[in-house]
Amino acid sequence: MRMRILEISVGAFVLAGVVALVGLALNVSGLNLSNSDNTYTVYARFENIGGLTPRAKVTMSGVAIGEVADITLDRDMLMARVAMNIHGNVDFLSVDSSASILTAGLLGEQYIGISVGAEDENLKEGAYIEDTQSALVLEDLIGKFLFNEVSE
Amino acid sequence: MNQLALLGHAALSKLAAFGRAGMMLFQSLVAKPQPVIMFPLFVKQVYFVGVLSLIIIVVSGLFIGMVLGLQGYTILVDYGSEQAVGQMVALSLVRELAPVVTALLFAGRAGSALTAEIGLMKATEQLSSLEMIGVDPLRRIVAPRFWAGFVCLPILSAIFALVGVYGGAIVGVEWLGIYDGSFWANMQNSVDFYDDVLNGLIKAVVFGFVVTWIAVFQGYDCMPTSEGISQATTKTVVYASLAVLGLDFILTAVMFGEL
Amino acid sequence: MNEFDDVVIDIQKLSFSRGDRSIYDEVDIKIPRGKITGIMGPSGTGKTTLLRLIGGQLKPDAGSILVDDENIPELNRSDLFSVRERMGMLFQSGALFTDISVFENVAFPIRVHTDLSDDMIRDVVLMKLQAVGLRGAHNLMPSELSGGMARRVALARAIALDPDIVMYDEPFTGQDPIAMGVLVNLIRRLNNSLGHTSIIVSHDIQETLGIADYIHIIADSKVIASGTPEELRQDDSPQVKQFMHGLPDGPVPFHYPAGDYETDLLRGQG
Repeated sequence: MRMRILEISVGAFVLAGVVALVGLALNVSGLNLSNSDNTYTVYARFENIGGLTPRAKVTMSGVAIGEVADITLDRDMLMARVAMNIHGNVDFLSVDSSASILTAGLLGEQYIGISVGAEDENLKEGAYIEDTQSALVLEDLIGKFLFNEVSE
Repeated sequence: MNQLALLGHAALSKLAAFGRAGMMLFQSLVAKPQPVIMFPLFVKQVYFVGVLSLIIIVVSGLFIGMVLGLQGYTILVDYGSEQAVGQMVALSLVRELAPVVTALLFAGRAGSALTAEIGLMKATEQLSSLEMIGVDPLRRIVAPRFWAGFVCLPILSAIFALVGVYGGAIVGVEWLGIYDGSFWANMQNSVDFYDDVLNGLIKAVVFGFVVTWIAVFQGYDCMPTSEGISQATTKTVVYASLAVLGLDFILTAVMFGEL
Repeated sequence: MNEFDDVVIDIQKLSFSRGDRSIYDEVDIKIPRGKITGIMGPSGTGKTTLLRLIGGQLKPDAGSILVDDENIPELNRSDLFSVRERMGMLFQSGALFTDISVFENVAFPIRVHTDLSDDMIRDVVLMKLQAVGLRGAHNLMPSELSGGMARRVALARAIALDPDIVMYDEPFTGQDPIAMGVLVNLIRRLNNSLGHTSIIVSHDIQETLGIADYIHIIADSKVIASGTPEELRQDDSPQVKQFMHGLPDGPVPFHYPAGDYETDLLRGQG
């Protein structure tokens, strides 16, 4: 009987470990397994990406619709080329959509916000978003602000 | 000259102990598996090492999470970004505090008990007696304890992290009034399952290996006297804690740093 | 030294040292089959070490230990374990496994080495416990036993597999006279009825002389005398005499080797 209680408690313990891991995965890290593989890639070129990093989220109206896959330097255009993996069920981004690099809060992480245009045709795998807006670089802002102050 | 010889002697004896520890591990783990005999022994050890450590882990996890929530709030509220408390609590717990604190508590709670138990078995000739009966004490006594520690630490660490996050949520959301949507959303956005949760778990696995190894070795290798056992127990806690902190830096540098 | 017809353990030119201290120096010991052999000597002469050498828990520096023609120091791990199945050892402290009951302690070697059914094991264990007079205690935990009872349980465990050789490490130390008498009888009786070879390591002279068929006395890393108890009582070499009669000083010195007493005392004032 003693062995039985022992086995039950060990079983409960192992189960608690699994539950904890699942809790960490779903609740804490927000792991979403369902649409991880069903994505398509679009590209955008930016003058300046600021502090954007791979895995940063891509949002539309604040809703996450994908993430940044890769950031490279485009040698011909001398601009940053950002590859984004967009969830497959978000298939209504028009070709004249615009992408801008935004900052969460004043000091928060940077992410890409997409706003949809008016065209009927939608972005396909490998398409480029032409209308882009670079990251706000705080130093530039401060510089401009100071310049204005001085010139006044 | 004498000092040099002393230094050499100390270095050699440490090296020899390390060699013995390696031999012990090898002999106890590399063996024909005997699941029918070994599994009940293993389960019993998981009970002693894991289940009985649960209370201390849950209580510590809860309080550490709550303290993190409180401290994070008082600092971040000055910058108006108190909704980042969830992110801070979760990241520090999942990446660092859960594996490290769990390993330290584990070394104190379970590691010292393992050392004392095996040491006492040695002192009361139970290990010799096993050998004379024709049972290898490495396989019978050391191996199940080693595996139990190795398995239990990651489980305890995951429980610690989850309890800690909820502790932080209690303080942040329930008491200090952070909007709970942004608390959890910020957390989920910044914590990555593979980079953070799994890496934290890998740390816990490594710590489990090292702490249990040190604990069983110190017990197995101790002088079979009451003084020897007390020394071995102290050594277990000290060496295991130092090893955990040192390894944590190395692992962090490899996983998260860009050294 | 007289020769025996049937030698079960033959130790030849055995040398063993611990650090710089020599415990055995080219020692030859023969243990006859089916008899009770006593190994006696003052404390600290490594009598227990001898049992550990025979059991293969320690490796000698040189020499051979033949148990039925198998040389213990040269056996590999698994052969060694199979030889040990034929040996039972009663440790000084009893060495019962403290986390399992008396019954399970005695059943332990049987479970390890045989595939007997639970019913059979139960019968064997109760028989062994009956032999040491503790059948009624089979449900107790080792911590609930007195020292003498613990040693008897350990004895039941040592003979659980009907070994060919049973080694007793200081079976009489720390026992009250009654428990001692019980043990002496038990060892004699078991040896006669089960027909195994017994080796008793002890420094309790009277008890050992009382039950041993043959005795080796060890001192100064040598065997200083061998013979039947009767022969040894009549031996008149000073070393043997000192030991047999428990004289405080003699060839085996009372003092641990030390420098000159006077110089040692005066040094402190320097």
